[in-house]
Amino acid sequence: MADFLINTVGLPEWLAWTITAFVAAALILNVIAGGALVFIWAERKIAARIQDRLGPTRTGGRFGWLQSLADGIKLLAKEDLMPEGADGMLFRLAPYVSFCASFCAFIALPFAFDFVGQRLNVGVFFVVAVLGLEVFGVILAGYASASKWSLFGAMREAAQVVSYEVPLGMCVVVPVMLAGSMDLVTIAEKQAGWMTNWYLFHDPFTFVIFWVYITCAVASVNRAPFDLAEAESELVAGFHTEYSGLRWSFFFMAEYGSMFLVSALAAVLFLGGWNGPIPVATLVGLSEGTGDTANYFVRLIGCGNLLLKATLGVLLMMWVRWTLPRLRIDQVMTTCLKYCTPIAAAMFAGAMLWQLAFPGGVVRGLSRPAGEIREGWLEGPGGLSPSRREPLSHVGAEVRMESQDVVQVVP
Amino acid sequence: MMTTVLASVGLMPGVLAMLAGVLPVAAVNWHSVLFLLFAAVACACAVAVVVADNVVRMAFYLVLSLAATAGLFFLAGAEFVGAMQLMIYVGGTLVLLVFGVMLTAQAPFVAIKTSSGDRVLAGMVGAALLAVLLQAAFRVEPWRRPAVAAVVAPSATPIGMALLGVRVDEPAAGAPAAAVRSGYLLPFEIVSVHLLVVLVGAAYLARAKRRRTPRAIDVAASSVGPVVTARQAARSSASALVSGGGR
Amino acid sequence: MSHLAAGLPFASVPLFAGLLSAPVGVAHYLVVGAILFTAGVVCMALKRNALGVLMGIELVLNGANVNFVAFSSPYLRGEGAASLGLDGQIIALFVILLAAAEAAVALAITLNFYNNHATVDIDRAEDLKG
Repeated sequence: MADFLINTVGLPEWLAWTITAFVAAALILNVIAGGALVFIWAERKIAARIQDRLGPTRTGGRFGWLQSLADGIKLLAKEDLMPEGADGMLFRLAPYVSFCASFCAFIALPFAFDFVGQRLNVGVFFVVAVLGLEVFGVILAGYASASKWSLFGAMREAAQVVSYEVPLGMCVVVPVMLAGSMDLVTIAEKQAGWMTNWYLFHDPFTFVIFWVYITCAVASVNRAPFDLAEAESELVAGFHTEYSGLRWSFFFMAEYGSMFLVSALAAVLFLGGWNGPIPVATLVGLSEGTGDTANYFVRLIGCGNLLLKATLGVLLMMWVRWTLPRLRIDQVMTTCLKYCTPIAAAMFAGAMLWQLAFPGGVVRGLSRPAGEIREGWLEGPGGLSPSRREPLSHVGAEVRMESQDVVQVVP
Repeated sequence: MMTTVLASVGLMPGVLAMLAGVLPVAAVNWHSVLFLLFAAVACACAVAVVVADNVVRMAFYLVLSLAATAGLFFLAGAEFVGAMQLMIYVGGTLVLLVFGVMLTAQAPFVAIKTSSGDRVLAGMVGAALLAVLLQAAFRVEPWRRPAVAAVVAPSATPIGMALLGVRVDEPAAGAPAAAVRSGYLLPFEIVSVHLLVVLVGAAYLARAKRRRTPRAIDVAASSVGPVVTARQAARSSASALVSGGGR
Repeated sequence: MSHLAAGLPFASVPLFAGLLSAPVGVAHYLVVGAILFTAGVVCMALKRNALGVLMGIELVLNGANVNFVAFSSPYLRGEGAASLGLDGQIIALFVILLAAAEAAVALAITLNFYNNHATVDIDRAEDLKG
């Protein structure tokens, strides 16, 4: 978009980048806020149907779809309370820390091929790292509320989130290994084509890893059955007991934003990202070189694909919440340390061996992208240039074999 | 909310165009602006850690300072190091530190004050050190005026290969042409074993020990406030009953 | 990000405006590193809370890391000037790892001390026994 502003509209470069940044930030903010509105309504409806009742039916017509808006107006109008012994500055800052962590992780998430805030080479790593920073808002909220219940809830949640980062990291490494890059755009690009190209169907180990990832992701965003930090029946409301009104709604926007983020991450890593099950664009004949408008239209459809997959992930999390009972803290830790971590490690080893044994893939997609190049390793800045694909002359024979092996093992 | 966002986005180009006409600079280098932003946050929060008395606030300022440092790493093109800083330092080490702070943030220890003589001495030492370091930083001419920077897309692949022992990056500018550059496989393995040793050691140090005498912290906790245990209450009420019934 | 570093003319106006439009060099990063380092040293010397001393250690290590990354960056220096290259980034990586290990052990020691003496005031750590 910045190029369009610089070349067509004629703005100076710095101004073009400023406008692009603001537009990108506004779009992401709308995704989070609008998504939160829709998801809160969906949660109430789904919860109601699972519990054999109707849910909101009055606000805005038969389906109560304006209920979230009404809730938002109510929250804005509430009195802004702060407990007497609370640390004022930390109490006020905590919701914003949580929300910032959730929002910043969207910087590296690609919505379509060119629709990404900043295309980071370490995209996956960045997203997982920033997701782990949300725990600071929770700890600060728990401490600054000067209430025993809040502190207990905050400590439990911090322990849970930090523990589940380990199996989450291992689950996330498997698609990175299959794609050969931590760049989210590259990972999704490599799954282009028919549905069989998706990493979910790549090998049985990756299939199992996907479900372990879903478990760890649900635990990481503190959704049921792992939600004892907010356990409404045990700790009043956990770390956000003392929060009301707009501050509370920031915590909830952070939570729904994180749910959407981990679902979108699962979609990009395992479900092909913005690629649909049938490569309509390639079949119809639209490709990279057919002109800007057609390209933009294809990207828009891709963005819609990703949003649909992420929404399905969020709906799955809601379904699980209202179906399964809550786990105790020792059961949560057992699941992490005794089940998720060993399974993730074993599946990682299995996927690695599968890649070694069947480098081209056992089931080839019907239209693999032509000319797959290992990103950054064979060509381009930062890697060997094409003329230097032979190893450096002053390096010994052992290294020559090593580098050739590495080049050959991964197609 | 959406309408306000859209309105502000729509007004922004107009506002910026006006500012561009008013400000005396030719153009704004956003790299420098972002550097100033992150550097200001990092330095201000570091100074706040020194100045603050409340240990919980010190921990919070430290988190902000280290997160801003990660932003500085991203600006310098070291994306992998920046992501590592966020994940391991801020997301791991500082969470551990904040846990420690919470566990020991009882009332008398939340704000321990140092004597003013110590503070003056520490201030003098700090000022002297800062003067030496700043003078060294500004002395080298090529460090102050970079020319047009080379366009190199940062990639994590050379780091991964170097940690496996194979150097695939271009030789650093200014290095001798025939230099043999080593891989980092041995330090990688050593650090892995080191982390395992630290894991075992910390778990051992923090284990629950069977003690014959109660811990000082348990004695301190039980001596604060009158705690009448159930058995004592039952005993006193039983003795009262016996003495009352016997009279 | 590379397009942002494209050369823009120095503004011949006060220093602040000059900083806004001039590219940033290694020296600016070294200043930040120096401030972090000094703040860490003063924090270590000044605080009586053991966890405050630990925070000072973290600041010192971060100041050193900023220096390493600045020396290794290709964006911050002119053509042909010597640079650490990849070595600087890898050293910074190892520093982060070792800092995490050292913080874990230091915290275990601190918590043991707290359990045994009911205080985190390091001025009370005067006996060799216990």
